[in-house]
Amino acid sequence: MNDGVNHFRRVALLWLIATVILTPIVVLVLAPGMPPGNGSVEASGQVTDNTVLLGLSTPVALAVIVFTGYCLAVFREREPAGPIVDGPALRGHATIQTWWLVVTTAMVLFLAAYGSVRLLADGSGSGQGPNPIAAPAAASTDPPLKVQVIAQQWMFTFRFPGYGNVETNHLELPANTLVQFNVTSLDVIHSFWAYQLGVKADANPGIDNIAYVTTKGPLTFNIHCAELCGVWHGYMFDTGHVVSKAAWNTWIQQQQQQFAPATKSLDPYSRAYFPEPTRRGG
Amino acid sequence: MPTGGSAKRLIATITAVAVVCVAIGLYIGLYLTNVPGSAAATQTSSGVQLHLATVAAAETTDAHPTWVSYYAVDANDRNWRHVTTFVLPAHSLVHVTIYQFDGQSGLRNPFISQATGTIGGNFQLNGKTISAIDPDAASHIFAIPQLGVSVPLEGIPDSAKNPCANAPCPLSTDHETISFTFRTGAKGLYRWQCFVPCAAGYIYGFGGPMQTVGYMDGFIKVV
Repeated sequence: MNDGVNHFRRVALLWLIATVILTPIVVLVLAPGMPPGNGSVEASGQVTDNTVLLGLSTPVALAVIVFTGYCLAVFREREPAGPIVDGPALRGHATIQTWWLVVTTAMVLFLAAYGSVRLLADGSGSGQGPNPIAAPAAASTDPPLKVQVIAQQWMFTFRFPGYGNVETNHLELPANTLVQFNVTSLDVIHSFWAYQLGVKADANPGIDNIAYVTTKGPLTFNIHCAELCGVWHGYMFDTGHVVSKAAWNTWIQQQQQQFAPATKSLDPYSRAYFPEPTRRGG
Repeated sequence: MPTGGSAKRLIATITAVAVVCVAIGLYIGLYLTNVPGSAAATQTSSGVQLHLATVAAAETTDAHPTWVSYYAVDANDRNWRHVTTFVLPAHSLVHVTIYQFDGQSGLRNPFISQATGTIGGNFQLNGKTISAIDPDAASHIFAIPQLGVSVPLEGIPDSAKNPCANAPCPLSTDHETISFTFRTGAKGLYRWQCFVPCAAGYIYGFGGPMQTVGYMDGFIKVV
């Protein structure tokens, strides 16, 4: 539109004002409430990552919203309606094209690098397969608490190889402790999702999928299966607790005592189990 | 003003649309109001009693006569009803007796060979109080995960001389009797299920009756 008005400058100015006002609000007010919360070091890291993503995407989203709004307001059809004609074709604006390529490329490369660095730092609570490459630094000096997560249709059980291989039907963890989850399945594909801890790892039959988490203070967390696994998938949930180390020591001793009869029948601890097909199912 | 021909077409169209709408409404209404049958526990002088049975195969008249299944029965193993929704009173002790007519399948996870969530942490197998069974001798599990209840049901041995083929099964056929007591929670709908992959003819025993509500799983309706 050749009306003597520099629309680009106007849009840029509006976008700049909106960005300066709204981005801090989004980053400082909304982002701290982003999932999964601060139930563990890894969960807090995920909140930070979400904050960075939100902070970067806010100006992009505002650019789209401001440009669209400006077009609707300024370039709308006015009364009396004249004949509809195409505007002039825009070609060959090297400056805009260069800036577009530079800005978008820089943002994508930054996010790719940022995400990779963050993921490789401690695994971000995700399953890393049987040979993790992103163990938290503390794992090399202080052995983590190993908890084997065993999924089957439709429940999770938890085995503690450092405590007489006892298996439990609920999960409690000590506070301020590095935990190594060894996630596996006895039947179909499940997924161990401890929401507030920021842990999510697929449970595949015959596979030892390792995820790390560093707990913080006492906490109640939800455990769900995050992989559609059959008719009762929606009921495959439990409630776990992070408790003080003293309370956890008491709990694990109670579990060892309570489940002594079952512990005698358990298979030797293994990174994965391959139960024989039942006589019935074959 | 429609002509005679177009008026007829209009009436026919309106009538057809109305019929389709009524049919859809009926379908949705019947779907929403069609509640599976249930069996209520009986209140006796000795407390709330729930009697169940597990069989290797449902009745010959069932839609799936080869499928393994639970049944609700009465205290004398009579009046077999093919329902798996059981109505229990809230915050009450419930005495459960299960007549187990099926053979042994074995457990994929031996951990569940031990009873949990029952009063005393144990159960009675043919009158003998125990807390766990041989995992290889398990036939089924009766578990209400939300209440922490899980009880292994031992199967009749392979050498049984007089096994029952299809429901209903008389007590004169080979069976095990399992009884236990647990406390119900607050009012609500809880699921129960068998954790033994016991579906004959399906890969690893996971299909068919294990994946179909009304055979090896169902609901506990606490009222």
